[in-house]
Amino acid sequence: MNNIEHAESQALHRDDVRSRMGMWLFLFSELLLFGGLFLMYSVYRFIHQKDFSIASKEMNTFLGTLNTIILLTSSLTMALSITAIKRGMKRLSISLQLITILFGLAFLVNKFVEWSAEFHKGNFPDSSVMLSKPPGQILYFGLYYSMVGLHGLHVIAGMSIICFMIYFTIKGHINENNYVKLEAAGLYWHLVDIIWIFLFPLFYLIT
Amino acid sequence: MQKNEEKSEEAYSYGIYILVWLALISLTGLTAVIAGINFGKLSIAVALVIATIKSYLVLTEFMHLKSEGREFKVFIFVALIFLCISFTLLFTDYSFFVR
Repeated sequence: MNNIEHAESQALHRDDVRSRMGMWLFLFSELLLFGGLFLMYSVYRFIHQKDFSIASKEMNTFLGTLNTIILLTSSLTMALSITAIKRGMKRLSISLQLITILFGLAFLVNKFVEWSAEFHKGNFPDSSVMLSKPPGQILYFGLYYSMVGLHGLHVIAGMSIICFMIYFTIKGHINENNYVKLEAAGLYWHLVDIIWIFLFPLFYLIT
Repeated sequence: MQKNEEKSEEAYSYGIYILVWLALISLTGLTAVIAGINFGKLSIAVALVIATIKSYLVLTEFMHLKSEGREFKVFIFVALIFLCISFTLLFTDYSFFVR
């Protein structure tokens, strides 16, 4: 087989369905990672129901709801960018990917405002204010910072991945005939969205 | 394969995505409003049911599950069942936890 033939056969040998399957398998490992944390949350909440309710009153529900809307909208723009590239609209797809990153950034800015306010109140791990609280409330804040923090890292990871996707789209590696990379990035971004869909009521809306 | 692609092209138009997004935003509003009403022990159940509906919408529409093959659905079902088993086993133990 000469070089040209080899290159051609490589270009032809592409299995988008299996590529997406691979991405889903990775997402299952993410499900396990967060699933374990949700398990821990559910047990501690079950044991300290009252403390969790009191501690959650300190959360800024408005910013939480706003962040939910921001993340849901970013999922929309991500999904639209895939439809756009499928229809061969490269510029529209790039703009939509860019908007998705901007929404991710807005989400993180909100998180920064929220966490700064909590830190200002002294609600951070190991502070004198925190240590004077009952154990259930300390657990609530511990879980809040670790779960929401880990989710925040996933948002940052997702944004970096979409940056690469924008580069690939500009370069033409992602085009209307080959967009499986963008689909995989989208799957990751939507998973991050789903995790937030559960984090939001569990931390902000405890009655 | 070609046919499948055409089908998914129809299924995932801009309009459908915007409709799904509207539904997701409405459900977010609903869950925030409901949190203000005290349903007692049912509150958490209501919040989780709404979150599950939202996730279902994201999975089927945004993540294209509705046009994927059967093996995808089986895989995801199995993964979720194992998560449910973990929760069930844990709570068969913890529901007897003495406070």
